[in-house]
Amino acid sequence: MIRFLLRRTVSAAVVLLVLAVVLYAVFYLAPGDPAQLSCGPKCSPAQLVQIREQMGLNDSVYVQFWHFLQGIVTGHDYSTGTGTVHCSAPCFGQSYRTGELVSDILVAKLPATASLAIGAMVLWLLLGIGTGVLSALRRGRPTERLLTGLTLAGTATPVFIIGILLLMLFCSVLQWLPYPSYVPFTDDPQQWAWNLLLPWLALALVESAKYARLTRSSMLETLAEDHIRTFRAYGVSERAIIGRHALRAALTPVIALSALDLGTMFGGALLTESLFNVPGLGQKLVQSVELKDLPVVVGIVLVMGFAVVIANAAADVLYALADRRVVLA
Amino acid sequence: MTTQDLTAVEAGAAGNPAAPAPGARQVWRRLRAQRAAVAGTAVIALLVLVALAAPLLSAIEGQNTTAYHPELVDSASGGVPLGSFGGISGDHWLGVEPGTGRDMFSRLVHGAQISLAVALGATLVQILVGVGTGLAAGLGNRFVDNLLSRVTDVMITMPALVFAIALMAVVPDSFPRPLLLALIIGFVAWGSISKLVRAQVLSLKSLDYVAASRLAGSGTWRIARRELLPSLVAPVITYAALLIPANMVIESGLSFLGIGVKPPTPSWGQMLSSANTWYEADPAYVLLPAAMLFISVLAFTVLADGIRTALDPRAASRLRIGTGRKREEAAS
Repeated sequence: MIRFLLRRTVSAAVVLLVLAVVLYAVFYLAPGDPAQLSCGPKCSPAQLVQIREQMGLNDSVYVQFWHFLQGIVTGHDYSTGTGTVHCSAPCFGQSYRTGELVSDILVAKLPATASLAIGAMVLWLLLGIGTGVLSALRRGRPTERLLTGLTLAGTATPVFIIGILLLMLFCSVLQWLPYPSYVPFTDDPQQWAWNLLLPWLALALVESAKYARLTRSSMLETLAEDHIRTFRAYGVSERAIIGRHALRAALTPVIALSALDLGTMFGGALLTESLFNVPGLGQKLVQSVELKDLPVVVGIVLVMGFAVVIANAAADVLYALADRRVVLA
Repeated sequence: MTTQDLTAVEAGAAGNPAAPAPGARQVWRRLRAQRAAVAGTAVIALLVLVALAAPLLSAIEGQNTTAYHPELVDSASGGVPLGSFGGISGDHWLGVEPGTGRDMFSRLVHGAQISLAVALGATLVQILVGVGTGLAAGLGNRFVDNLLSRVTDVMITMPALVFAIALMAVVPDSFPRPLLLALIIGFVAWGSISKLVRAQVLSLKSLDYVAASRLAGSGTWRIARRELLPSLVAPVITYAALLIPANMVIESGLSFLGIGVKPPTPSWGQMLSSANTWYEADPAYVLLPAAMLFISVLAFTVLADGIRTALDPRAASRLRIGTGRKREEAAS
């Protein structure tokens, strides 16, 4: 187990480093002068020179990249002309546009993204597992055909189509819900849930299709196994067979997959966030790319990569915990 | 089985490499035995036809994608099309765009061009890069394998949409957009196909016939071309068929975020993005591109399902070919 964790940590670090290099290279090659972006349109040449000096833009790209990596590990001090700003340990630099610390932006945007991801996951697990189990139990009947059709439609629908349709239905035709606008959980939990209902539902409807398919095939596989037949022969009730034995075995891959997907969601459900105006990491990323705000883009993408890498490892551990036959190596 | 393989298994791509792949005629017969796959193929054929004939279709209607028709929208309400269902008329078969009054039918059929071209182009890039790196990793020495596998890991780790967005931002605007989209989507999402090919190569490599070929004096290149590639065709096609609808969704997503094709080039994702402010006043403007995108993605998904069943050696019995009852049971 310790060897596994160690190996995973090293490989995660390598993946993130490669990612950082690629991102840095891509944006260094990008047209546009960071000093100009940071200084704004009415900028005197003297100011520009000063800002270049402050941002370290006169150093070679290797030195700049090295400073960037150093900042993540040890923190960094920035001179702002009037004084210095300390950017503590995971330091991803400052926004070119607003001068905010990227780490502050990340902390500010994370709650909305986390709210969206976790709520959606609860919903998609309920929907997906429920549908999967039902269609496995009703095999060959009309219910199963209907559910199979629905799941197929679900896998084929981009999340923004479902999202717009939900908005049309609930906000325009039925007028049951106001147009969603994000309210932090700490301000008002009830309004928080109410406003996130549609984005949760949109994500869950799309994601649950995958889970329904996985649950169904994994249930059918388990139900066909010999030990289930033996349980039946011993007179164990069908309810106990399905609830206690078949479902448990069938859920192993589902749990592992949901850990992976949660990691991806933490990377920001870009489309959902931008459609429903959820002020999370994904929305910020899209805005920052449009503004060519390099430090913010690199910071957000690295955090996303981090989430996915952690989720990958978590999925493997969960898999091993749920199924004793799997050996971590 | 690790969790990374889960999606591949779910996709049915982790087939047994030792089992003989069915021949082309047999595959075709098995594909035809599935009603859903036939329907999907028909829809795709129609779609390709519409995309190819888009300029002709617009000409028959007598409209184009860019002409503004301010007289057809109600300026008092901010530009809602006059008439029912988004202003459907003899001149404008599917109505006009709110705000500008541009012809919807022309824009939708031209949108099919972008959607298909980008999705297919990207899939081609993914196959080339994925098979290339997968073969190299599977046949190369330890160093090459390690290096390529780490790069592949990064590609699989990063959500394709995020990577594509970051890349789109740095390319100059003068680069032709549809080509750029195909290249970028292709280059950010080849990881899983590379992993699949590498795994297949590793297990094929240990089989006797490959060893025999090596003993007979074949070099690595000859083995890759003559002995391995034929066995890779079935799994790669199965997987590539799934990539087409996925690429279509990525393209529409990028255009939806405003980072895809540039206006005034019409794209379904971009139409949906501007429709987001109109769904109350003009529902037709949302429903038309949504329906086109949904039907296209669904058709390709269904076909991919059918191809997987047709190429799966175990599925033959379930299809009951030749018994007169060509029931499509395998779609399950």
